[in-house]
Amino acid sequence: MNLEFTPEEVAFRKEVREFIENNYPEQLRGVGAREDLNKEDMLAWHQILGQKGWSVPAWPEKYGGTGWTPTQKYIWSEENARMDTIMPLPFGVSMVGPVIYTFGSEEMKAKHLPGIRDGSVWWCQGYSEPGAGSDLASLKTTAVRDGDHYVINGQKTWTTLAQHADWGFFLCRTDPNAAKPQEGISFILADMNTPGIEVKPIKTIDGGVEVNETWLTDVRVPVENLVGKENEGWTYAKFLLAHERSGIAGVARSKRGVEKLRQIASTELLEGKPLINDDDFLRKVSQLEIDLTALEFTELRTLAGEAQGKGPGPESSILKVKGTEIQQRLTELTLEAVGHYGHPYFRGFPEDGSNEFPIGPDYAHQAAPSYFNMRKTSIYGGSNEIQRNIITKMILGL
Amino acid sequence: MDFNFSDEQTMIRDSLARLLRDQYDFDTRRKVTGSEAGWRPEMWQQFAELGLLAAPFSEEDGGLGGGSIDSMVIMEEFGKALVVEPYVPTIVCAGGFLKHAGTPEQKSEHLEAIIGGERVFAFAYAEPRGRYDLNDLETTAKKDGDAYTLNGHKAVVVGAPWASHLIVTARTSGDRRDKDGISVFIVEKDAKGVTTRDYPTVDGRRASEVYFENVTVPAGNLIGEEGKALPLIERIVDEATVAVCAEAMGAMGVAHKQTVEYSKQRKQFGIAIGKFQVLQHRMVDMFMEHEQSISMTYMATLKLDEDEVTRKKAVSAAKVRIGQGGRFVGQEAIQIHGGMGMTDELAVGHYFKRLTMIDSEYGNVDFHMRRYSRLSGEDQAMAAE
Repeated sequence: MNLEFTPEEVAFRKEVREFIENNYPEQLRGVGAREDLNKEDMLAWHQILGQKGWSVPAWPEKYGGTGWTPTQKYIWSEENARMDTIMPLPFGVSMVGPVIYTFGSEEMKAKHLPGIRDGSVWWCQGYSEPGAGSDLASLKTTAVRDGDHYVINGQKTWTTLAQHADWGFFLCRTDPNAAKPQEGISFILADMNTPGIEVKPIKTIDGGVEVNETWLTDVRVPVENLVGKENEGWTYAKFLLAHERSGIAGVARSKRGVEKLRQIASTELLEGKPLINDDDFLRKVSQLEIDLTALEFTELRTLAGEAQGKGPGPESSILKVKGTEIQQRLTELTLEAVGHYGHPYFRGFPEDGSNEFPIGPDYAHQAAPSYFNMRKTSIYGGSNEIQRNIITKMILGL
Repeated sequence: MDFNFSDEQTMIRDSLARLLRDQYDFDTRRKVTGSEAGWRPEMWQQFAELGLLAAPFSEEDGGLGGGSIDSMVIMEEFGKALVVEPYVPTIVCAGGFLKHAGTPEQKSEHLEAIIGGERVFAFAYAEPRGRYDLNDLETTAKKDGDAYTLNGHKAVVVGAPWASHLIVTARTSGDRRDKDGISVFIVEKDAKGVTTRDYPTVDGRRASEVYFENVTVPAGNLIGEEGKALPLIERIVDEATVAVCAEAMGAMGVAHKQTVEYSKQRKQFGIAIGKFQVLQHRMVDMFMEHEQSISMTYMATLKLDEDEVTRKKAVSAAKVRIGQGGRFVGQEAIQIHGGMGMTDELAVGHYFKRLTMIDSEYGNVDFHMRRYSRLSGEDQAMAAE
């Protein structure tokens, strides 16, 4: 056991930091909310990383991964968080990408992996349905074989940023007569421009339109878009969810969030003195930092295990539960810190189209919407109740 | 000991509940809060016709002879429907200042118009650097013959876009955080030198930043004694605090009820999610938070007329519980609704947002915990002497 960085790792940090500082797009610096950006801006950093060969660090090297050690990946996250970069979206890089290189055919890998790597193709995830959330296996969207095609019918929901997507991956029922609901599900890719796919925005409580309903009506996709084997999709879906969970902890981002919270609390006043000097408030910030440290070292242990060939197992549920609870408390404390200026609602205001919201300090504008928005984190990616069920079953054996 | 409501209070509650059910459903509220005006003056008129605006005023002031309990009943119903109209600023705050400290001239000038629904007030007390301290004032009022000259900036003045008049706290002497030297004024919003920036709030209201630049206010608009207004302001703000506690208890009740209903309908794994014990116990906890919020709001309402220390401790205790309970109920309501709880379409998210923002109105949990602790400390020190 050793917590020291080696000279190589220190040099790596320097290299990464310089690269980010020199190459991160100017127009994205200081941007707070990703959902307010246009498609081009959201992809900009991904494409720069693609050219550098750093867009998919976690992938095997033969598919374009960097071969970084867990420590290097950790440094990479920290340096990106330091600059608040808009990272590549997870749907291609962390979700469908690993499914394709693990279970897809050679043709499929050749067709789809390059676009995910270079950030030219935008992916969205068609998992949840109105009636199938936590109980994902009860999904009803069907794919019926018709010659060289599958014909897909159904409705998906919470499809994040599907309004920009070029491709989607969908869980569909291909065998309605299977003995168990988990059997008879297939993992199918679809070009989002295929006739019959309709994306309708869902406005959320923070005022954003990040998620969508996706309606699929007689959508014909070629059979070669099936990943792996027909009716084996649940295995791939679970594989993907475990991958999603391990990235969900967001340690580096939360550390950066705590740093920003401290800055805000040093500016805000309580009884004429900086809020951060108040014992009550400081204790809450300290508690958050302590919990974050516990999460950080839990994640490092998990990463070290992965490096020794132990895939992300059920313990990644800890990272999801604790990581999201911390993200939520962070936004809660930030809202608390800004006091009265948490009330003004900035989105769509002023109406003159300028980006300047003249009310209160800049750091206050996002405080309430971020707090509202982050409630989703304990719901998505398998709700935190489901994560606890996984630990109950898989680790406690109950 | 009697926790029953009078016949008049029950009548107010029933008629208000009926009005809100018929004309303040969630879809209508959404349209109104998204409209240019952001509120319904005609709804305010209906509140006047129902006697809501007269309820807490004495008969000699032209009211119905009720008091804080009537306001509590009204605010609870408002909380259930997420009413945005400015009852707290106009009736509880402006009405409170006039009731407790207004001169006969001020009362006759304003109370009839307030009770009739013709005049709407906003309460401009918060400042950008003052957080929740009512004495932390940088706005100044300088006596100049028969008038005062106001300068300063008031932050997040809720309801100001709809108001014709403002109640403004300002410093007539002393340093920024002194407790002495604070005065209260009635200021017409269209007075020369008053400018506003209006905006929506995250919970569907409207507010303004209000700027005063050499605004001349006649000496007759001073409420109470010059420089000695802090105890009066604290009293009014305590009444307003209890009013939002009552609103929160109404909102918590609905958020809880909607969550229980949803858990009965929503099926996963072949059964209603309300059958899962882990969710059942959390909904029980929500229920207990709501019940305790009711208890604390009653307690604080009934102690509003007691001595200053008793009143302050009671109000702070209530606001602490309501802040904590509102947060718990709001967060759990969203969580148990799952993705649907995150949508703007469902009402539950709007209850969550209002409950969130109530915590930072008139002092949050930390502020009131601190006030309560200090007052308890003073009590103990006095007992020891």
